[in-house]
Amino acid sequence: MIALDEDRIMLRDSAREFLTDKSPVSELRRLRDTRDQDGFSRDLWRGMKDMGWTGILIDEANGGSDFGHVGMALVCEEMGRTLAASPFLSTAVMAATALRRSGSEEQKKKWLPAISEAKAIIALAVDEGRKHNPEATALKAEMSGNAFRLNGDKSFVVDGHVADQIIVAARTEGDPGKKEGISLFLIDSKSPGISIERVIGVDSRNNARIKFENVHAAGTDALGEVGKGYQLLENTLNAGRAGIAAEMLGVAGESFDRTVAYLKERKQFGKFIGEFQALQHRAAHIFGELELLRSLVLSACVALDKNPDTAGLSVSAAKFKAAEVVKLAVSEAVQMFGGMGMTDEIDIGLFMKRARATQEFLGDAGFHADRFALAQKF
Amino acid sequence: MSLDTFRQETREWLAQNCPPGMRKPSRGEPDICWGGRNWKFESEDQKIWLERMAARGWTVPMWPKEYGGGGLSREEEKILREEMRAIGARSPLESFGIWMLGPALLQFGNEAQKKEHLPKIARGEIRWCQGYSEPGAGSDLASLQTKAEDKGDYFLVNGQKIWTSYADKADWIFCLVRTDPAAPKHSGISFVLFDMTTPGVSTKPILLISGKSPFCETFFDDVKVPKENLVGNLNEGWTIAKYLLTHERASIGAGGSLAGLRSLPAAAIKAVGRDQNGRLADAFIRNDVIRAEIDGYALLATVERYKAEAKAGQGVGSKSAILKYAGTELNKRRYETFMTIAGSDGLEWESERSEDGTLAREWLRTKANSIEGGTSEVMLGIVAKQILKLPGA
Ligand SMILES: Cc1cc2nc3c(=O)[nH]c(=O)nc-3n(C[C@H](O)[C@H](O)[C@H](O)COP(=O)(O)OP(=O)(O)OC[C@H]3O[C@@H](n4cnc5c(N)ncnc54)[C@H](O)[C@@H]3O)c2cc1C
Repeated sequence: MIALDEDRIMLRDSAREFLTDKSPVSELRRLRDTRDQDGFSRDLWRGMKDMGWTGILIDEANGGSDFGHVGMALVCEEMGRTLAASPFLSTAVMAATALRRSGSEEQKKKWLPAISEAKAIIALAVDEGRKHNPEATALKAEMSGNAFRLNGDKSFVVDGHVADQIIVAARTEGDPGKKEGISLFLIDSKSPGISIERVIGVDSRNNARIKFENVHAAGTDALGEVGKGYQLLENTLNAGRAGIAAEMLGVAGESFDRTVAYLKERKQFGKFIGEFQALQHRAAHIFGELELLRSLVLSACVALDKNPDTAGLSVSAAKFKAAEVVKLAVSEAVQMFGGMGMTDEIDIGLFMKRARATQEFLGDAGFHADRFALAQKF
Repeated sequence: MSLDTFRQETREWLAQNCPPGMRKPSRGEPDICWGGRNWKFESEDQKIWLERMAARGWTVPMWPKEYGGGGLSREEEKILREEMRAIGARSPLESFGIWMLGPALLQFGNEAQKKEHLPKIARGEIRWCQGYSEPGAGSDLASLQTKAEDKGDYFLVNGQKIWTSYADKADWIFCLVRTDPAAPKHSGISFVLFDMTTPGVSTKPILLISGKSPFCETFFDDVKVPKENLVGNLNEGWTIAKYLLTHERASIGAGGSLAGLRSLPAAAIKAVGRDQNGRLADAFIRNDVIRAEIDGYALLATVERYKAEAKAGQGVGSKSAILKYAGTELNKRRYETFMTIAGSDGLEWESERSEDGTLAREWLRTKANSIEGGTSEVMLGIVAKQILKLPGA
């Protein structure tokens, strides 16, 4: 386990400064209320490039800043604090991980610098049903000659509505439920046969339902080895899961900080409500839970930096705990704000909505609890 | 020496020096070596193990060598722990001296006190007990009344302590006494040390719900304590008391993490088995086990993180209250799950197969974890006040 060194503390502080300035919670309200066509600001995304975040997991040769997963988590946490909307997680975390690990030389040369330069948005299409379950991948990729034909449906494709490219998990062999026979393809979102329906979520963030009808993929569009994509997919998802867990730490932390501030400000019965021990102890309990979560997120990222192939256990522990803690923090926040907590006027409800979405995204608490246990043979 | 060399040498030394009897899984309390003048070693192996480890200073690996410690860095200490765990080596010595008094003396003791007391703690020669709580002063510890009057070259101590763990077995006591009854309650307390065989000291055991591990009422009746046994300044004992409590809390809290305890998954697998997919066959128990295991990981990671942060000079302070609270509440949950897993086996109190109710007694003993060293409510109060700075906390 590590303490943050000076460089990382600087990264965190500059992220906080940048996001509170360029993407405060009011920015999410603006995107929501204007029904912004992208659901995020392209200016902000370019700003993130200038901060070095788009290339945070990309090597310097391909234009990245290569801060590693610990650095990624610090940025994600701050994004959680201001509910900043951007394709960071889909593109700079997951697509970059998949490409860097298993892209062909050509794919890397083309797409890693494009991600670093904020010139490409790449979404990951995995889920098909209402629950995250990569092994259940059913979307079919049939080989014909040197190429493939893709048929099937994807859902909850985060940033799918604005993606230039899509990394799609497909089945080239075997039955849904099997790890073997899964392959990844990187394809142009404008390819014939792809239809994309934008979905605006409860958290005012965007994803897409995507239909694949006889979509052509060349052999060179495969990402990694055909039929053996499960481990690559796992590594890609694990980077995303650690990132979203860090974001959840930020969501929970910020709604908690706002709650504590309210406890010191709101008066009833002639006292600050923060003087009531019933509330003090609940607040202190949440603080403790946040501390535990922080350690798990950090240790997951340290594990990813060390060896992504063996980090699954720590990542699942972090994502599980993140789901529990963020739920606690936002529920208690609404409760302690009383009637105000139910109004759209203050931001707490926005945190609660984002918290709900992050719990589902890339595997809920039950999914990760199961993984954690299976990894330890129980 | 590089860390790799250190690991290699440590591994070799442990392989040669840790007796076989000390590599068997510990049954907890009955296998702990507490040391002290009257200590009866349970086996020759236990004795040899203590002597060998003490000779290297490895009963207290990070204390300075001049006081009987091993002088190890944090990284080296971690390696030592890992290598010990790898061969299942038991801890050679546990004591209140190691967990609590030692760190306080290192910080606040004068040179003579350090030289006198620390090596004896390290070698397990003197066993200490903690004289803090009184019948009227529990959570509100600073309201303690045991008084110490200045009689020139000694203090005259009168009063009563309670819940003094192992007072009947300890050789010395570190004790909070009131030296200025007129001052505000936190400012009239001093921290003194004395021998439990001093005339006027008596103890009376109290039976716990877990049966064994008694703690005591401790009475002081005109006990003469030499002046040189005052630690730190007169009437400034509260600072030392609090410092010591942070160490006590951190070590009680860390007890809730995974290291060196009964394994919950192993117990569950043994009792309920696994289904064809490798999952524990009882979904309800599995759920509890998973939650406890993940929180155990989280606690361990937090202990490590705080250590790393403390070393990097990033203040930790009252965060030991979080470890105490989270760790002890977790430990209670774990033992509830152990009991559920054990079913009626876990209810056995006097039987051969249960070794006279080991599990049931441990389960009951964990209930004290969230009371001793400051209750969970007190810990939450500390967080509310010192970290969250809530009004009126
Ligand atoms: C197994 C065991 C070993 C111990 N060993 C030692 C030892 O070696 N030496 C020693 O000195 N002491 C020892 N203690 C004593 C221990 O430190 C005290 O029991 C503890 O501090 C609580 O004090 P109390 O028992 O008087 O409970 P009380 O203070 O009377 O508390 C009763 C209840 O009231 C709650 N409460 C109290 N104040 C507040 C508040 N402000 N807000 C909300 N709730 C509150 C408490 O949390 C608790 O739930 C030991 C205790 C146990 C159980």
